[in-house]
Amino acid sequence: MQHYTMNLNLKVWRQKSGTSTGGFETYSVSNISSEMSFLEMIDVLNERLIKEGGDPIAFDHDCREGICGMCSMVIDGRPHGPWKGTTTCQLHMRAFKDGDTITIEPFRANAFPVIKDLMVSRSAFDRIIQAGGYVSVNTGNAVDGNAIPIEKEKADDAFAAAACIGCGACVAACKNASAMLFLSAKVSHLALLPQGEPERKQRVVSMVAQMDKEGFGSCTNTYACEAECPKEISVLNIARLNREYLNASLSGS
Amino acid sequence: MSWSNLFSTSIGKKLIMSLTGIFLVIFLVVHCYVNANVLFTNGEENFNRAAHFMGTNLLIRVTEIGLFAGFILHIIQGYKLEWLNRSKRASRYAVTAGNKTSKWYSRSMALLGSLILIFLIVHLAHFWVPSRITGLEEVTYDGKPYHNLYLEMQHVFAQPWAVALYLLGCFSLSWHLLHGIQSAAQTMGWTSKNYFPIIRSVGQAFSIVVPLIFALMPVFMHFGWEIDLGSITLLF
Repeated sequence: MQHYTMNLNLKVWRQKSGTSTGGFETYSVSNISSEMSFLEMIDVLNERLIKEGGDPIAFDHDCREGICGMCSMVIDGRPHGPWKGTTTCQLHMRAFKDGDTITIEPFRANAFPVIKDLMVSRSAFDRIIQAGGYVSVNTGNAVDGNAIPIEKEKADDAFAAAACIGCGACVAACKNASAMLFLSAKVSHLALLPQGEPERKQRVVSMVAQMDKEGFGSCTNTYACEAECPKEISVLNIARLNREYLNASLSGS
Repeated sequence: MSWSNLFSTSIGKKLIMSLTGIFLVIFLVVHCYVNANVLFTNGEENFNRAAHFMGTNLLIRVTEIGLFAGFILHIIQGYKLEWLNRSKRASRYAVTAGNKTSKWYSRSMALLGSLILIFLIVHLAHFWVPSRITGLEEVTYDGKPYHNLYLEMQHVFAQPWAVALYLLGCFSLSWHLLHGIQSAAQTMGWTSKNYFPIIRSVGQAFSIVVPLIFALMPVFMHFGWEIDLGSITLLF
């Protein structure tokens, strides 16, 4: 692809803290390379803001390899931007053209309160995992591959569900700020495997209860979550979660 | 956890929508089949006889109470969920993805449901109230008196505004079902890799065919059209 440079207008959400009122500020950036990542473009702007004595834009990031789930941001109404199956750090500036105005907002949900600017707290996800997203046995050393026989199809589905990086784009994309795609991935990947079997029922009931406590909405099956998920987690996991939950509720003690 | 807590969680609330929705879809099939009599020759007698059966059969009258309960539960729970879900994002986005990531009708179930509710109120006032409460003209077949509900339909659908309103009702129903049927199946946990395409296709076909048959009724009655089936009658 041909390299090019561009000048852009950025409308960025600025908010000093969780308790203060935020608003949009407009910045112009120039000479941005089409080969930069979106976060590098913000790095360029931040370096300029620091040099000018201003406050740099706070945003979450860590691995910048698309696997850690730290980066967030809603770019022109799309969590992680316009590219399918891509995190913000893997979104490159060739997605935009010279003269574009880009609106950058934080993930918005009551359960994801803003910490500063584009950073939100996604601790609610950690607490959902703490409610049951684990296997509480002493696993010891790594066992030999194929020591526990697992059907290929189940192993594939479990692996696909386990690809969830917990970034929260599903919540940000959902009109109800529902965390069902995230939860369904976490429940599915353990429910499909023999290691998850002993705690299967308790796990789903506890995790749903925690999800409700955190203030996420219900799933109304618009499937915007699947469309925005950087790991392309399937909404069929949500059907599995519903099945697991119904089964646990009707047969549980 | 016991099953008694089931319906109070976020998934349980959706289960209520799903179960009542499926019940209402079954009602639509029966309602559509019975009323489709008016589209064919000898529609007056066939339809009036069918309506008589529906109005006098004890089992159906008892089910009717369940039907009202189903409607009320679906409506109240739907509005409660809409309000609850809207409250989960206090600060709104300046820019939204719109139709790029989801279908407009999947995001507009409350709006479509409200249009159907307006239609339903008028519809009940047009037909349910006269046939159950205020009374209808009578007609005699084989020496037995029957309510002439067919005549009432002719009166109502002689008015162009009524035809327009019923068409709007059917249109809203079609979009509502287009999302609702597959959504109900998803909430019940019936969808999987194998079944999802089938459920989606059957749901789409149902959402188009059933409202279309309903929509033909006011149009046929308005223009006095009928289809000649020869010796075949739709009467059960």
